[in-house]
Amino acid sequence: MTVETKTNGKPQVNRIGLTSQDYRGGETTLCQGCGHNSITSQIIAAAFELSLAPHQVIKMSGIGCSSKTPAYFMSRSFGFNTLHGRMPSVTTGAVLANRTLLAIGISGDGDTGSIGLGQFKHMVRRNVPVVYIVENNGVYGLTKGQFSATADVGQTLKYAGTNVLPPIDICIEALAADCGFVARSFAGDAKQVRELLKAAMSFHGTAVIDIISPCVTFNNHHDSTKSYDYGKAHEERLQDIQFIPRFDEVHIDYDEGDERYVQLHDGPMIKLRKLGRDYDPTNKWHAIELLERARQNHEFITGLLYINTQRQTLHETMHLTSTPLAYLSEEELRPSRERFERVMQRFM
Amino acid sequence: MTHVIETETQPRPLDDLESEPIVNDFSIVAATVNGSGSQTANNVLMRAIFKMGIPVSGKNLFPSNIQGLPTWFIIRVSKDGYTARRDTTEILIAFNQRTADEDLASLVPGGVCIHPNDVKFTNPRSDVFFYPLPVRELVRQSGADAKLRDYIANMVYVGAVAELLGIDMNEIKAALERHFKGKSKPIALNYGVVVAAAEWVRANLSKVDRFRVEPMEKTQGLILVDGNTAAAFGALMGGMTVCAWYPITPSTSLVDAMTELAPILRADPATGTTTYAIIQTEDEIAAAGIIVGAGWAGARAMTATSGPGLSLMNEFVSLAYFAEVPCVIWDVQRMGPSTGLPTRTSQGDVLSAYYMGHGDTHHVVLFPGTMTECFEFGYLAFDLAERLQTPVLVLSDLDLGMNNWMSEPFTYPEKPFDRGKVLTADELEQFKDWGRYKDLDGDGIPYRTLPGNPNPRAAYLARGTGHNEYAVYSERPTDWQQNLDRLTRKHNTARTLVPKPIVLDDDSADIGIIAYGSTDPAVREAGDMLRARGIQTSYLRIRALPLEATLTDFLARYERVYIVELNQDGQMAQLVQLHAPEYAARVRSVRICNGLPMTAQFVVDSIMRAEQAERE
Repeated sequence: MTVETKTNGKPQVNRIGLTSQDYRGGETTLCQGCGHNSITSQIIAAAFELSLAPHQVIKMSGIGCSSKTPAYFMSRSFGFNTLHGRMPSVTTGAVLANRTLLAIGISGDGDTGSIGLGQFKHMVRRNVPVVYIVENNGVYGLTKGQFSATADVGQTLKYAGTNVLPPIDICIEALAADCGFVARSFAGDAKQVRELLKAAMSFHGTAVIDIISPCVTFNNHHDSTKSYDYGKAHEERLQDIQFIPRFDEVHIDYDEGDERYVQLHDGPMIKLRKLGRDYDPTNKWHAIELLERARQNHEFITGLLYINTQRQTLHETMHLTSTPLAYLSEEELRPSRERFERVMQRFM
Repeated sequence: MTHVIETETQPRPLDDLESEPIVNDFSIVAATVNGSGSQTANNVLMRAIFKMGIPVSGKNLFPSNIQGLPTWFIIRVSKDGYTARRDTTEILIAFNQRTADEDLASLVPGGVCIHPNDVKFTNPRSDVFFYPLPVRELVRQSGADAKLRDYIANMVYVGAVAELLGIDMNEIKAALERHFKGKSKPIALNYGVVVAAAEWVRANLSKVDRFRVEPMEKTQGLILVDGNTAAAFGALMGGMTVCAWYPITPSTSLVDAMTELAPILRADPATGTTTYAIIQTEDEIAAAGIIVGAGWAGARAMTATSGPGLSLMNEFVSLAYFAEVPCVIWDVQRMGPSTGLPTRTSQGDVLSAYYMGHGDTHHVVLFPGTMTECFEFGYLAFDLAERLQTPVLVLSDLDLGMNNWMSEPFTYPEKPFDRGKVLTADELEQFKDWGRYKDLDGDGIPYRTLPGNPNPRAAYLARGTGHNEYAVYSERPTDWQQNLDRLTRKHNTARTLVPKPIVLDDDSADIGIIAYGSTDPAVREAGDMLRARGIQTSYLRIRALPLEATLTDFLARYERVYIVELNQDGQMAQLVQLHAPEYAARVRSVRICNGLPMTAQFVVDSIMRAEQAERE
């Protein structure tokens, strides 16, 4: 099966002359109906709509079902399917080497919540520029159905029995590590996924999107909180999200009532329209409280949970030269004889 | 089967207590307490002797501790230029009560014991000379602040040793000025104590031992440097752009040196922006991950670590080997297994480095044996990693890395960088059937493209999973087999590119000695000692893995070849036997694994004993 891209009547060619076809990848080998395939489709759509130059994108992943998906989108982009739980460090190295690359990292709940939790948190702490997507289904698929660390207490699985441990909330972990862009979504909510992806792709720093993405084979039964039925029945959107790119000549009516605009670097904006409850996504305390309450009350809240555009990225804190390190010439990298001699004098 | 030689080293008694002075040929051991600031005193003594033109070497035997445990600093003074460790001590600075008895027992007959007058010995010896010093009194008279007194106390022995041996006080002062970077207050305070101690010795003690120094002209133009600093300097000269690391003894000072030298060498003085990133990570796994990511994206990336950290990097090295990503790992070896002896030297990582990772892996491993090689391998490692698109491991050790060594000054690297087979967008146009893992030249090395290359055919998905020549996932048996065959071919190409062994042939030699890394000074000295006893030897020093033909030819020339190394299992001897099975029976393993640097005496005794057994 090929991942389908719905262009919804938008122009077939984007601003850099590419069609959505140009953003596709190989055929998926995941199960039919897997939530991950829906997310893949939205990545293709978001990249097409933002007119990303494919060669400037790197697709990074760890190990697991989720981590196979970089093969299924953007064949014209470089990618690295790395080690289990270690994609954050490889991505850190790649963007240090070339600061002009846009990194899209695909991980899963096992990859991020268990084996890779340490690397995940240190990546966030460093504010490595990356769109970090967790395709979260609460279960290990490739090894046939063990619980992951995001599974709910009391949940039962055919293979693993009943889970007795509390779940790790990826978004709370991201917030605790001072992530500047934290969102949760649902693979069945295509539009929200896409708008969040576009906003994350335009964010300077680590953007974490935890997407509940049902596993149709091992964890899609009616009492699973990671199933399609549960998600459709219980999803509560915090906001209606619309990404407004810089190149869209839209008139913005700053109505401070139900709508709120968040300005990103270099011009684009996120428009957030209030739905059920009042919520300030720039207040970290509120975000943590909201998530803790949701965990207690078994609520499934999606949307942009927290945004802070003020943190310095890794490149800024390291005072790196604007030319990608990987592109520096020998003349720029080899110190002069005068500098060499200055160091030699220290040993005389 | 390797022949194992067991040898006990014996202290060598001095021949005649009554005879001539012993000039520029002895070892000084300063036994002090860790964290007491004795390093400054020891380095000042060593530097002053060095600046008098006398060959000198210093070895710090320190504990894995911040403060309080015993530490020993050995200064070997050698008119013949020998720099290896010796088992014998001629001059003891017994400034640690806790080890005083043991330290005294290790002194040769006729030796010298300089000690604070409040240090007590359980069994004072009658065959050594004691020089008790009123350390507390001299320190009190210096007027130093109470919290500085422990540090200042070490300057008392500097003054006493200088007076007793005849070290030039101007050189002591110059060394202090250098150490304190010209700051007049600490220089005056420390030098004041040195002078007071020297004057006290002159007024109150009479020189009765035979040891002294005399100026020579053997160190003019030489530098004093440690291998970690040399490595960092070399890496920065070689265009290192990303260094990710996690602190671990004894590699930490490599990155410390890099952090200190990088702004001088590689920062824009006007803006402060840098052409490098040095990043301290959460663990060695992340350090390895960062250099793999950076190497993949086109950086010259490296890390520095030691045994336990190397173990953590295994999975990433396996990935980098298979995904064919250049990166450099400096392993400053310490004693394992496990946490082992973090502050003691070893050559115990040879096999684990060569075969690092799961599945069939074998790597390029470099063994610097001198300060110049630490410097040169600093940049050569990047050339090899990028040429071969693979991890390169550089195996230094604590002895090379953390001790100060005399060296010829380094020379400015003239050879241009070798960035290997990297295709730009335009160059890729010339290749009709390019595949990331396709062997177009028959040397096993494919052409690579870097992320950001705008040619629509340039992109590929790197992976640790099975792949065909076009980097596409494949489980086909022929794809897998062909890929591994190509990697073997690439390893054979590496064999022709790595630094060749250094061979010192003696036409009259019957036996050969093979060594590598930090044992070089001991082996060279042993060669001279053996010659004096009528045994001629030839010497080959291995500088890299994979092993190659020079080594095979050397094995072919000698009936018995002794392989000297600092590990328990004779790891290099095993590799040599595998490399040249036809000569395996010629290999004799000379090895010791006690945490201390190799001595010439051990090599001599081991070979003498084995040669004697051979004749019987």
